[in-house]
Amino acid sequence: MQTWWLLAAGIAAFAPLVAQLPPWLAALTTITFFWRGTLAWLRRPLPGRWLLVCVSLAGAAGVMEQYRTLFGQQAGVALLVLFLALKQLEARAPRDGLAIVLLAYFLTLTQFFENQSIPVALTMIATVVITTAALASLTDSQARPAGLVRLAGLMLAQSLPFMLILFVLFPRISGPLWGLPADAYSSLTGLSDNMSPGAINNLIQSDAIAFRVKFDNKVPAQKDLYWRGPVLALLDGRTWRPGGMTSRTSKLAYASSANAPAYAYTVTLEPHNKPWLFALEFPTTVPAIGFTTNDFQLHARRPVRERIRYDMRSQPAVQFPEEDPRLLAEALALPLLDNPRTLGLGGGWKSTGGTDEERLRRAIDFMRDQRLLYTLQPPLMSMNVADEFLFDYKRGFCEHFSAAFVVLMRAAGIPARVVTGYQGGERNPVDDTWVIRQSDAHAWAEVWLAKRGWVRVDPTAVSMPRRIEQNLAAAVPEGDSLPLLSRAGFDWLREMRFRWWAINNSWNQWVLGYDPQRQREFLQKLGMAAPDWQTMTATLAVLCGSMLLGLTGWMLWRRPRLDPVERQWRRLSRRLGKQGLARHSWEGPQDYARRIARTQPAKAAEIDRIAALYAGLRYGSLPARQIDELRRRIAAFTP
Amino acid sequence: MLQALRRKLNERFATWALRTRPPEPVPVLLSQRRVYILPSRAGLLYAVSLIVMLIGAINYNLSLGYALVFLLTGLGVTAILHTFRNLVGLAITVGAAAPVFAGDIARFPLILHNPDARPRRLLRVALPDQAVMSSDIPARGSTRVLLPQRAPRRGWLAMPRATIETVWPLGLIRTWSYTAPALSCLIYPKPASAVPPVPTFGDLKGGRLSSDTGDEDFAGLRRHQPSDPPHHVAWKTAARQGPDAPLQTKQFAGTATQALWLDWDALPPRMDAETRLSILARWVLDAEADGLAWGLRLPGSEIAQAHGPDHLHTSLKALALYGQ
Repeated sequence: MQTWWLLAAGIAAFAPLVAQLPPWLAALTTITFFWRGTLAWLRRPLPGRWLLVCVSLAGAAGVMEQYRTLFGQQAGVALLVLFLALKQLEARAPRDGLAIVLLAYFLTLTQFFENQSIPVALTMIATVVITTAALASLTDSQARPAGLVRLAGLMLAQSLPFMLILFVLFPRISGPLWGLPADAYSSLTGLSDNMSPGAINNLIQSDAIAFRVKFDNKVPAQKDLYWRGPVLALLDGRTWRPGGMTSRTSKLAYASSANAPAYAYTVTLEPHNKPWLFALEFPTTVPAIGFTTNDFQLHARRPVRERIRYDMRSQPAVQFPEEDPRLLAEALALPLLDNPRTLGLGGGWKSTGGTDEERLRRAIDFMRDQRLLYTLQPPLMSMNVADEFLFDYKRGFCEHFSAAFVVLMRAAGIPARVVTGYQGGERNPVDDTWVIRQSDAHAWAEVWLAKRGWVRVDPTAVSMPRRIEQNLAAAVPEGDSLPLLSRAGFDWLREMRFRWWAINNSWNQWVLGYDPQRQREFLQKLGMAAPDWQTMTATLAVLCGSMLLGLTGWMLWRRPRLDPVERQWRRLSRRLGKQGLARHSWEGPQDYARRIARTQPAKAAEIDRIAALYAGLRYGSLPARQIDELRRRIAAFTP
Repeated sequence: MLQALRRKLNERFATWALRTRPPEPVPVLLSQRRVYILPSRAGLLYAVSLIVMLIGAINYNLSLGYALVFLLTGLGVTAILHTFRNLVGLAITVGAAAPVFAGDIARFPLILHNPDARPRRLLRVALPDQAVMSSDIPARGSTRVLLPQRAPRRGWLAMPRATIETVWPLGLIRTWSYTAPALSCLIYPKPASAVPPVPTFGDLKGGRLSSDTGDEDFAGLRRHQPSDPPHHVAWKTAARQGPDAPLQTKQFAGTATQALWLDWDALPPRMDAETRLSILARWVLDAEADGLAWGLRLPGSEIAQAHGPDHLHTSLKALALYGQ
C-alpha cells in the first residue's frame, strides 16, 4: 500500500510541473513511475543499484546539456524531479519513503516559480492532501486509502487557521535574500529596451496581462489612454535604442498646469524583469519606488520582478521647459545612407521652408495619402525600413508607422523620437478596473515644436484611427490572426472572462500581492498601531499560542458521559432535591426508594417501581427498551 | 563513550520522568504531566525542509509558497496534538505473568484501556532493549500486550520500566511515557538436560521411568482430573457409560503407593545448588509427565507427595525461590 501512496505522491508533485520540464525528462519520469507501478503490481523485485546509478548519471548529464548548469532554478527543479522519480525505484527503507514525501512537498513549491494563479492554488491543495496521506501511510501501512485521505484532509483543515494567522502576521521581507540564478525571470514578458521590426509584433500575440489600473474617479477617453514606456531616440540600423543623452533627474522636467484635467489612479504592474514603470502621459507624481528621466520616463530602481502597486497622478497637458540642445540634436540624428527616399522627401520639405507646424501637417497628410495598411503580418523588410514601408509595401505594424514617421520628421528637420508603451486597455465592468494586456503594446512618435514642447503624434492613428478609438480587432483586416480575447463575437465569453478577471484581480491584490507594504496597510486597518516586525511576531506568538491551547483543550476535554439510564435516575434525584429529598451519594436505589416512600406513602408503589426499573436496567438483566418506561414514569412522577 | 553517556542521560531522564518511585500502583493513568513529546527524526527533517522552503518562498517572493509553508507548519502543529491525544489519558493495568523457565522469554502482560470514544492507533510498548510490541486499542476498549523479556535466572523477575510511545498519525512527532507497575514473573530453574534418573529407581537403567513399576496392578477407578495422563483414562468404561458420564481414571496400585521422593540430599554431595535445583526441576517435570505422585525434599522444607499441575507449580516454585 505504501508503495502506491508514494507513487501517488510522486505523480501528484510531478504532474503540475510537466509543462515546464523538457519533454525528454517528462517522458523519462513518466516511464519511471510506470515502471515502478508495474513492478509493484507484478510483485517483482526493484532493479539493481548500478542500473539506478547509470540512469541518474545519464539524467544529470541530460539536465546539464539542457540548461548548461546544474544549479539554476530550472535545472534545479529538473534534477529534483529526476531524483523523485528514481527514488521511487529505490524506496526500500522508511527513510526513502520520507525522502520522497519531503521532495514532493518541495516540488509543490517549485511550480509557483511559473504560476501562482487560483487553479494552481487548488491543485496545490490536492497535491498536499495526497502527499500528506502518503506521509501517514509510512506510519500506518495497514490503513485503508479512504481512511488516510480522510485523516490527511482533517488534519490539513485543522491546519488552516494556523496558515491564515501565519500568512497575515508573519513579517514579510521583500526578497531576494541573495542573488538569484540568471534564469530566474526568464519566463517574464514585456516591452524591451529596443525596437526592431517584429519585436512588438511578437508581444502583441500574447494575452498576458501587463498591468491593471484602477482610476480614482475620472477616466480619460479610450483614445487618450497612452501608457508611456521606454523612449527610443537612437536609430541603429533597423533597431531603435534609448538615446545616449537620457539621464536621471531629481524632479519632473515640466510644470503641471493647474486648470487642465488630472487623473489619479493606481497601477498594479505585473513583473516583467525590466525597470520601466508605466503611467499615463504625463505623470505629475513620482512613485516612491522609482525616479524620472529627462525624457519623461518612469523607472523603478530595480527591475520589476514581482507584482508591484503604485499610486499615480497624470495630466495630459503640461508645460515643457526649454529642452536641452544635446537632446534635441540627438532627436535629429539619422544614419546618412539609409532610407534615401524618405530622407529626400523630408529634406525637400525642409528646404522649402515654412514653420515646424506646417511641415508636421504635410507629413501627416502624406502618411494619410499613402493609404498605409495596418497589419499584424507585415512583409519582411531590409535595412531601409522607412523607405520600403512608405513607398513599396505600404503595409506594416505600429512600429513601422512610428519608425517611418520619426525618420521622416527628422529628415524634415524636426526633432522626433519613438515612444513605446501600451495604448488603450479594457475596462472590466465587474470591478471597474482596467486591464492592459501585452496585446495592447504600441509604439508612437513624439516631435518637438518650439513654444509647444513635445507633441505626441500617433501615425498609426492617423492612418488607422480605429486601432486607437476601438481596439486591435477593429483595425486589422479579417483573416489576420488575433489573440483570442481580442476577437469580436465572443460576448458571453467576455462576460464570463470579466468576472473571472475580477476574482483574479482580488487574488492578485490580496493573496499574491501581500507584500510588506500591503501587510502594513492591512494590519493598520485591523487596528495595529505600529505594525513593525516585533509587534507582528509578538501578536503571532500570542495568537498561535492561544489557538494551540484552545485546540488542545478541545481535543482533550472529555464531557463526562452518562448513559441514558443514569441520566434519568439523576433527573429524578434532581427533581426530588427541591423537596430536600436528593439522593445521597452512598444510597442505593432500594434504600433511596424506601426513604422516599416513608416521607410520601402515597407514592410508595410508584417510586418502588421506578427504583426496580432502574436497578434492573443498570445492574440486572432488564432489556434496554424498558428505558422508555423508566423515562415515562420519571417524567410523570410528581412528588 | 558517547553512547554510554547518552544511555546514562536517558536513564536519568526516564527515572525523573516516571515521577514516582517504581513500582507504581495500578491502574496507571497516563496524565498530561507524565506524557512527553518531541519531534522524531522524521519530524526534524520535515522542519528542515520547511525552513528551506520558507527561504525559497522569501527569496523568490512566492506568495503561494508562503501559504504552502504555513499550511505545512500548521500540519506539524496539528500532528503534535493528534499524536499527544493518541497517548494521553491511557490507563494501564497488569495481568498475571505466566511462569517460565530460566533461559526462556518471560512475557509481562500489560492491559491498555482506552476510555475515549475513538480508537487509539499504533501504540508501541517495549521494555528496555527488548522487542517492541505494537498494538491498537478500540474505542472504549482494551488490549493486552505481552512484553517479552529474557529471563536469565530463577526467582522472581520484576518487570523493568516500560516505555510506551506513539508516532501516529504522521510519524513527525514522538510522544512517550514510562510506566513501572508492580508486576513480576516467576522464573523456574532451568531443567537440566542430562539427568541422573529419579533416585527411587536406583537401578540406573535410563532416564525414563520404566514400566516395571507396577503400573499394571489395577487398583480401581476414580474420577478423572485434567492432569491425569490420557493413557490412564478408563476409555472402555467411558464407552460403556455413554457420553454424559464423567470420565474415570484407572488407578494402579504401584503409582499410588510408590514412595517417590525427589530429594536434595540424594544428589552427589559436591554438586552445587543451582545444578541440584536444575536436576530436581527435570525430575519434577518427568514425574508429572509420567503421572506419578512425588514429594520434594529440600534442605529445611518438604512438600508432601501429590501430583497434578498445582503440585507441579508448587514444587517448581519452591525450587525457583530456594534460598531467596
